[in-house]
Amino acid sequence: MIGSLSTALLQQIWWILASIVGSLFLALTFVQGGQTLLWQVARTDIEKRLVINSLGRKWELTFTTLVLFGGALFAAFPKFYSTSFGGAYWVWILILFTFVVQAVSYEYRAKPDNLLGAGTYEAFLFLNGSVGILLIGAAVGTFFTGSNFTLNDFNQVTWTHPLRGVEAAFSVFNVSLGLFLVFNARVLGSMYLVNNLDFQGIGEFEQRLRKACLMNLVYALPFLLIVLVSLLTMDGFGIDPAGKVSIVPAKYLGNLLAMPVVLLLLLAGLVLVIWGVVLTGLKKSTAGIWFGGLGTVLVGLAVFFTAGFNNTPFYPSKVDLQSSLSIYNASSSHFTLTAMSYVALTIPLVLAYIAYVWWLMDARKLTSAEIVADSKSY
Amino acid sequence: MEGVDLSMVNWARYQFALTAMYHWLFVPITLGLSLLCAFFESIYVRTGNEEWKRITRFWMTLFGINFAIGVATGIIMEFEFGTNWSNYSWMVGDIFGAPLAIEGIVAFFLEATFFAVMFFGWDRVSKGFHLFSTWMVAIGSNLSALWILVANGWMQYPVGMAFNPDTVRFEMQNFWEVLFSPVAMAKFTHTTSTSFMVGSLFVIAVASWYLLRGRHEEMARKSIIVASAFGLLSTFYVAITGDESAYVNASKQPMKLAAYEGLYKGQIDAPMTVFGIVNGDKKPGDNQSPFLMDVKIPGVLGLLSTRSFGNFLPGIDDLVYGNKEQNIMSGAEKIRLGKEALRDLTAYKKAKKAGDAGAAETSLAAFKVNQQHLGYGFLQKPEDLVPPVGLSFYSFHLMVALFGFFGVVFLLFLLAARNGTLLARRGLLRIGVLSFALGMIGSQAGWIVAEVGRQPWAIQGMLPVSAATTNIGAGSVQATFFLFLAVFTLLLIAEIKIMAKQINIGPEGA
Repeated sequence: MIGSLSTALLQQIWWILASIVGSLFLALTFVQGGQTLLWQVARTDIEKRLVINSLGRKWELTFTTLVLFGGALFAAFPKFYSTSFGGAYWVWILILFTFVVQAVSYEYRAKPDNLLGAGTYEAFLFLNGSVGILLIGAAVGTFFTGSNFTLNDFNQVTWTHPLRGVEAAFSVFNVSLGLFLVFNARVLGSMYLVNNLDFQGIGEFEQRLRKACLMNLVYALPFLLIVLVSLLTMDGFGIDPAGKVSIVPAKYLGNLLAMPVVLLLLLAGLVLVIWGVVLTGLKKSTAGIWFGGLGTVLVGLAVFFTAGFNNTPFYPSKVDLQSSLSIYNASSSHFTLTAMSYVALTIPLVLAYIAYVWWLMDARKLTSAEIVADSKSY
Repeated sequence: MEGVDLSMVNWARYQFALTAMYHWLFVPITLGLSLLCAFFESIYVRTGNEEWKRITRFWMTLFGINFAIGVATGIIMEFEFGTNWSNYSWMVGDIFGAPLAIEGIVAFFLEATFFAVMFFGWDRVSKGFHLFSTWMVAIGSNLSALWILVANGWMQYPVGMAFNPDTVRFEMQNFWEVLFSPVAMAKFTHTTSTSFMVGSLFVIAVASWYLLRGRHEEMARKSIIVASAFGLLSTFYVAITGDESAYVNASKQPMKLAAYEGLYKGQIDAPMTVFGIVNGDKKPGDNQSPFLMDVKIPGVLGLLSTRSFGNFLPGIDDLVYGNKEQNIMSGAEKIRLGKEALRDLTAYKKAKKAGDAGAAETSLAAFKVNQQHLGYGFLQKPEDLVPPVGLSFYSFHLMVALFGFFGVVFLLFLLAARNGTLLARRGLLRIGVLSFALGMIGSQAGWIVAEVGRQPWAIQGMLPVSAATTNIGAGSVQATFFLFLAVFTLLLIAEIKIMAKQINIGPEGA
């Protein structure tokens, strides 16, 4: 059944699927945001442990979503995987490094005889939430600003910039996108903690979290503004009907106007995030995370769709326009995309059991008493 | 495709070996111990005996410490194909990427979701759902092993695909052939069953240590019964899957088999070398003896690898220099044809780019004649086809010897635990403590056989490692090699210290 779909349609479906996974990752970076909030919002040891234990029940979901994002891109768009990971070597290595050290930190931080001390593991978490997310944002930024690579007839990549990907962090647009994601993660992190924790007897802690939610939106706004204004005015990369890539003035503004649904996703997403902040920062609600999370997913989708649809190469090369990757020239074969689509039919089931377990485990708020009583808590 | 920087290729290989071997310190424990935890908890739920809950929770604590560093070392593996092996990623991404993505969708999320329930759900979900979660973590771990080993099995024996000269890559043609390839199935069953042995050895080692110190005796004895029974069952399974692995090697990767058996001159009803000291000066094609000393059993290797008498088993020399009688093409001939294929492919791409349809068609037709030898075109001389014989031989023989030893260990522990004589058998307990380290060595040796024995190929017969790397320069790869070496070593020391401390603390409420 799926096998009878055209290659182009399958390529579009897989760009949508990869975008969903990538956007879910962005929403789940509330874990990383929470990690960077640790010092600011948690004053006492028990407050710190509440933050760590609350995030510690979720960090693997975020981590696994990132891994799936990489795996899905490898399976569906292998030319992107080989070009970007092999080419922008150092930026990916640095990102991965921050996730390597994150993976042990929850488990090892509070264990006796942990060699490095709790402070080091907390620093690892901070590094992951700050540098890790910033660089991911910068890497996503290159979807719009372009990278420095050429591909030969055998599709082998040559990176032409000596910094091997890290140069992405020297563009105002890329860095602004990265910093926006860092602050957005902190907004989400505070929303999640407000929702997940029982604040009985530590109301001050709750107030700090609610204030952090508001303040981090304020910090995020200038970077969001830079990203939006740049995106709407910058020259972009376009593919003409003959398949030739060229610079197109105000390409991304054009994309949003040509695809009003995407524009709607972007606006709805931003409104939802802001409404989540209002609920958390100005009202007494604990439901902010659902609006903030969903809003982030919608914004993420809008970003990925703007980058990949409407005859736009999603991974453009600045130095050799014709080496640019689009969802049409970077994808797997029709056969593999079909086989993978059958596997993707299980995704709703996966989402369903994740949601069920989430609901089951979070039916009661996490209390200080529970953490103190459990010898296995983080 | 000319001018490959060999020192960079080697550094990329060292890095892959480093990260894979570090990752493999933790994975076998995860695979084995996750199931053992599920067994312990199942007994608890069936009997309602709180002692079993304590046992479950204790082993789960150690499982969690091991799991975290397994995850940390694992994420590198997934992206390393792209960072250091980008030509490989492009050439085979159409086939290799799929199992990796499926691993993420169907396996990793099981682990990630139910892990939190397993550790923090004791008072938040029902007893039954908690048990279900523990099983889901065990099944998720082993399912993830399935998919990555299918990917690895495909590298050993590439099936279900065809080369597409327009995209210059191999493309999948049959998903089921990839999934159910005999090599992939042997790889999965053999690797998981040996990991069950390692997981069992881990439990036996810790429990033996307690018994030697007279601590937590009841808990240690109960743990040993379950672990030694599971270990013994796994041993039988490993024997079957190991036999199957060697059997598929004989037909699909004869060079690997010849290397780990030290067989240079092929013969009918080849003997098995039970023990040997490899002659380091021996070169393919010369007349030196492959061994300085050896003990052989006549006919056994031929029988095990072909499952009947009277069959010819090719040696290294036959595979390198050819054997007309047995209809084996020489390496030199394959390389010549491979270079022709490569030339025709380049000409085809050039003609197509220039819009010369006639020339493109001619080159394509010429390419198709020799395309099955394409991978050989990247090699320089036939001797390049030989993997390191000494390392393969010793790793293989060490692995097999240790396997037999563990079988005996499991049996003795099971008998002693059932007879209630464990405490008196201090010698056995000391062996029990030691055997975990040996298990780790045996497990690593198995991967050395599998991966070193496949050299010079990244994909057997299709893509040599020298043509698979990223064009990045040795410096960057060296730098990341030492970065990972430093970070993983630091984390390993932390892990061992934490683990030792938790073992010393022992189960709660004791």
